[in-house]
Amino acid sequence: MSAPTIRDRAAIVGIGQTAFGKALGRSEYDMALEAILAACADAGLSPRDIDGTVRYDMETTDEENLLAALGNPALGWFASSAWGGGGAASVLVLAATAIAAGMASTVLVYRSRARGKQSAYGPGAHQGGRYWERLGSAPLTGLNKWHVPHGLVAAFQEMAMIAMRHRIECGTSDEQYAEVAVAFRSHAARNPNAVMRTPITIADHHASRMISDPLRLLDCCLETDGAVALLVTSAARARDLRQPPAYILAGAMAAGGHHVRLSTFYDRERHDDGAPRAARRLWAMAAVGPGDIDVACFYDFFTPLVIMALEDYGFAKPGEGGPFVERGGLAWPDGRLPCNTNGGQLSEAFIHGFNNTVEAVRQIRGTSTAQVKDCELALVAGGNTDPTGAVILRR
Amino acid sequence: MSLPLPQPTGDDAEFWAAARRGELRFQRCTACGRFRHYPRPTCPQCLSREFTWEQSSGHGTVYTCTIVRGPTLPAFETELPYNVVDVLLDEGVHFVSQVLDCPPEELHAGLPVEAVFVLASEEITLVKFRRAG
Repeated sequence: MSAPTIRDRAAIVGIGQTAFGKALGRSEYDMALEAILAACADAGLSPRDIDGTVRYDMETTDEENLLAALGNPALGWFASSAWGGGGAASVLVLAATAIAAGMASTVLVYRSRARGKQSAYGPGAHQGGRYWERLGSAPLTGLNKWHVPHGLVAAFQEMAMIAMRHRIECGTSDEQYAEVAVAFRSHAARNPNAVMRTPITIADHHASRMISDPLRLLDCCLETDGAVALLVTSAARARDLRQPPAYILAGAMAAGGHHVRLSTFYDRERHDDGAPRAARRLWAMAAVGPGDIDVACFYDFFTPLVIMALEDYGFAKPGEGGPFVERGGLAWPDGRLPCNTNGGQLSEAFIHGFNNTVEAVRQIRGTSTAQVKDCELALVAGGNTDPTGAVILRR
Repeated sequence: MSLPLPQPTGDDAEFWAAARRGELRFQRCTACGRFRHYPRPTCPQCLSREFTWEQSSGHGTVYTCTIVRGPTLPAFETELPYNVVDVLLDEGVHFVSQVLDCPPEELHAGLPVEAVFVLASEEITLVKFRRAG
C-alpha cells in the first residue's frame, strides 16, 4: 500500500473576494455569496457545479445557508476546519483530501468575516466585531475561566506573552518586529485592495502605541470586513479550465498547543508543537525544502508570530527568525523570502488568513501586485500557535 | 462592570474549593507522579485516570509576562496598565495569573513569586502572586 498522500491530486482553479474595509456595513452572508459567485466566475464554473464545501469552524454562513442561497442540489460533501486561524491552510488540506478520495469533484472553500471593531451584529461570540468584548461579566465556562479573571482576555494579549518568551529566549527585538510590519505595508502599498496602503518606516512602528508589551499597534493585524472564496478540483480536470491551476503539491495538519491555554502551550518543547510537526510532514510529502520556496504567506496576526513561523517551518533555525527578517528579509522583490505579498493581515485585511491563501494563488498564476519572478512554489501556513496546518502550492 | 468569574464544574470544583481555603492545589497523577494544570480526567504522560489534588508550594518564577495597556474588557479598564504573567511553579506546571503590587519596570522573567489568595466572590477565590522573599 502506498503512503497516504494528497500530493498533486488537487488544484485551486477559481478565486474570488469582496472589497475589504473597516466598516462595510454588510452581512457576512452577503459578503460570502459575493465572493463565492466571483470565484465561480473566475473559474468558469457554475455554482451548481459545487458538490463539496469546506468552511472555517467559526464561519456563520453554513451549509444550510449556502443551500438556501445557491439552491444547489449537488452539495453533498461538507466539512469544517478546526481552530479558527489555525485552520487557514487546513481548509485546503481537507478539500484536497476530499478530491483525492473521490468524495467530491468541485469543492468550495470560503471565509466571510465582519471583524471590523464596529461590525458586531449580535451577542454571539462569532457575530462580527471583537469576539472578546462579548465575554462581558457572565460566568466563565470552559477554559476561559483560567485566564480571563486575570485580565488576559484577547488574542493580542496571549500572543504578547508568547512573543515575550521568544524575546527572552532568542533576543528578538523591536527592530525585527518593525521589519515585518514595514515589509508587509510596502506590499500593501502596491495592492489596490489593501485597507492600509500608506507606507510606514521603522520609526513609525516604534512610535505606534504599546498595546500589550511587547506588541505595539503596528505589530497587530487589522480589524476588517470582507470575504474570500476559492474553488478546488482534481488536478486532471484543472488543466481544462479557464485559469492556470495552482496545484496543491502537499498539505499537512498537526494538533498542538493553543495560545489561549498558555498552561498547556508550554507543556511541550516547541519542536514538538503543531506547526513544527506540520512542517516536517509537509516537507516530506512535497519532497522539497524551505530553500525551494519562492514566496510564503504566513498567518500574520502579529509580527513576532511571523518570526516564529519562519523558525517553525525551517526557513530559519530556532532563535534565528529575528535576524532572518532584518534588512528587508521578507520584502518583495529583493528579500531573501518575500512573504505576504498582498500586505497580509497586517496591512491588506484580516479575513482569518484566507486572503493570504488567495494571494498565494495569484503568485502561482503570476498576477500578484508584488509578483515574484518565475514563482513556482508558494507556502501557505495557518496560525502557528494553534492546532494548525500548511500547504504548498505549485505552478 | 463586574469581573467575569469562573463557573466551577465537575472537573475543577476541587481546585476552586481549595482556593477558598487558601490552598493552591493541582491534580497529581497517582501512577507517575506528574502534576498537571488545567484540570483534566487523564494524565497526559501515562494516561492514568487516578489522581489526587495535591497542595502546591505556591512558589515559582515568572516564565513570561505582558503589561496590558488596552484595549481590554470594561471590568479591567480601571486597572490599566496591568500585568499578566505565566508562572512556572516549582511542581512544573504553568499557571496564568498576575503579580500584585509589582511596578511594570520590576516585572521580568525569572522573578521569584509566591501565591496569594484574593477573595472575588462568595464562591470564587482567585490565585494571584506577589514577589517572594
